Amino acid sequence: MAAALASGETSSVALTQAHLDRIAAVDGDADSGVHAFLHVDAEGALAQARTSDERRAAGNARHALDGVPIAVKDVLTTTGLPTTCGSKILEGWIPPYDATVVRRIKDAGLPILGKTNMDEFAMGSSTEHSAYGPTRNPWDQTRIPGGSGGGSAAAVAAFEAPLALGTDTGGSIRQPGAVTGTVGVKPTYGGVSRYGLVAMANSLDQVGPVTRTVLDSALLHDLIGGHDPLDSTSVDTPVGGLVAAAEQGAAGDLTGLRVGVITELSGEGWQPGVMARFNETVELLTRAGAEVVEVSCPNFVHALAAYYLLMPAEASSNLAKFDAMRYGLRVTPEGSPSAEDVMKATRDAGFGDEVKRRIIIGTYALSSGYYDAYYGQAQKVRTLISRDFAAAYEQVDVLVSPTSPTTAFPLGEKLDDPLAMYLNDLATIPANLAGVPGISVPAGLADEDGLPVGFQALAPALADDRLYRVGAAAEAAVTAALGGPILNELPEVLA
Amino acid sequence: MPETARAEISREEVAHLADLARIDLDDAELDHLAPQLAVILESVAAIRGVAGDDVPPTSHPIPLTNVFREDVVRPGLSAEEALAGAPAAEDQRFSVPRILGEEQ
Repeated sequence: MAAALASGETSSVALTQAHLDRIAAVDGDADSGVHAFLHVDAEGALAQARTSDERRAAGNARHALDGVPIAVKDVLTTTGLPTTCGSKILEGWIPPYDATVVRRIKDAGLPILGKTNMDEFAMGSSTEHSAYGPTRNPWDQTRIPGGSGGGSAAAVAAFEAPLALGTDTGGSIRQPGAVTGTVGVKPTYGGVSRYGLVAMANSLDQVGPVTRTVLDSALLHDLIGGHDPLDSTSVDTPVGGLVAAAEQGAAGDLTGLRVGVITELSGEGWQPGVMARFNETVELLTRAGAEVVEVSCPNFVHALAAYYLLMPAEASSNLAKFDAMRYGLRVTPEGSPSAEDVMKATRDAGFGDEVKRRIIIGTYALSSGYYDAYYGQAQKVRTLISRDFAAAYEQVDVLVSPTSPTTAFPLGEKLDDPLAMYLNDLATIPANLAGVPGISVPAGLADEDGLPVGFQALAPALADDRLYRVGAAAEAAVTAALGGPILNELPEVLA
Repeated sequence: MPETARAEISREEVAHLADLARIDLDDAELDHLAPQLAVILESVAAIRGVAGDDVPPTSHPIPLTNVFREDVVRPGLSAEEALAGAPAAEDQRFSVPRILGEEQ
């Protein structure tokens, strides 16, 4: 699309209108359709598209992606557009400032189509915990689109948006990418500003791209990344060469690259169709010249438990700001309630089940007497997992695994079984705990259900370029083997 | 008291934690949440024996350093912008329910 805009073959207004038409045709609402969007800003997007076309006509395009429309996960603040985080407690809230990543895409001239659906405050693996109804997987609308960024991934898969922004705390960009057949990237922690991202767990959250191709992700990552003085955890070391790495990988030569298959994240207990596509992709990398070995990361088996203590602990603290006093919902009980009564009633009415579950687990893990046994231990396990990564990267350049243990499961199947839901993030969580970057690229369709399978690659911190090299090589090889991009197989999506 | 820390969590404990977290859970919610929380805590309890005293904790994936900036005045949000999302405002201030109890 960027190339078509540059050559004058199409205009930003035409592209933006085409995507708005597609949204109108397939997005539907809480009851039917894909329901990837919570808010669509047709007027704003078209106005931005018109100014982009004027800039291009005058030879002043600001970026390769100037004029390419984009969807933004509803956890990122946007002036003039509501930001609800999928929660009732923020229904109708219009932030007074833009997130840094939103500011950067606006400055580069990308029209914002709207805000995408998500699990409430990014807590979930299926987008069923949105207070505004679930998003449905475009491949099969009876199934989940992954979570918490299911809206962003489904919008890209359903051709409602060519690009989207997501956030990944335990896999919320990569896992939805895997189950919708799209590309999702979690950059190195600190590589992309979190300013204006409504935090779930500060030490784990990371903003990143969701796209249809690896090159698109590289272009978008390059645009949103880089140091931000407004975020004290922003890394002041440039992460560069992403687009060049994607182009190099797409050429199909991986000679000299050492790839490690993580023993603990594949094999028994994983869906056979997922393992089959994963193994084939590894074989394709070998044929492209990569040296593949098996690598053990023994502490990864404890990652899930550590994550489900650290994340709720940080979330319980972060969500304390929703106190009904300064912004958002206020529920006032009858009589003459105190501020505390109002807070309790508001938080009960405004938060959904999953958010309450995690706030209470977090409060428990941080409470006196349990702090050392749970929170303290989880932080030590985090150290062990970082050490596993460090040891592995002495042997190999990148680590690989399937992104998710299964393909998309039916809506409702795991809603009352939080533990089963949490298991979906098994392969994605270690990267968040250690802060290393990860990518998920489509590896084909599982034989048993014809649904997309994701292939995950993980690189050392600040070596994001390696992800794009491996990801683009895997994408090119899989596309060649299948005779076309995986999304060509997408069934007709109807609202 | 890490040695005696249990994985179980009772309905009363959940009610107490909800109170600490300022969430007014009703009986049906307590009945629903308490058993789920017990299962989750049981599954994460295995973590207690994993790392010994020789392993330092990691609170953050990158080393954090304090970030200072020049002490200069910059434009910020106007009072109207800051109050725009407030449930209630009065005289350019947030209007909140009474904070002190009857006895105070």
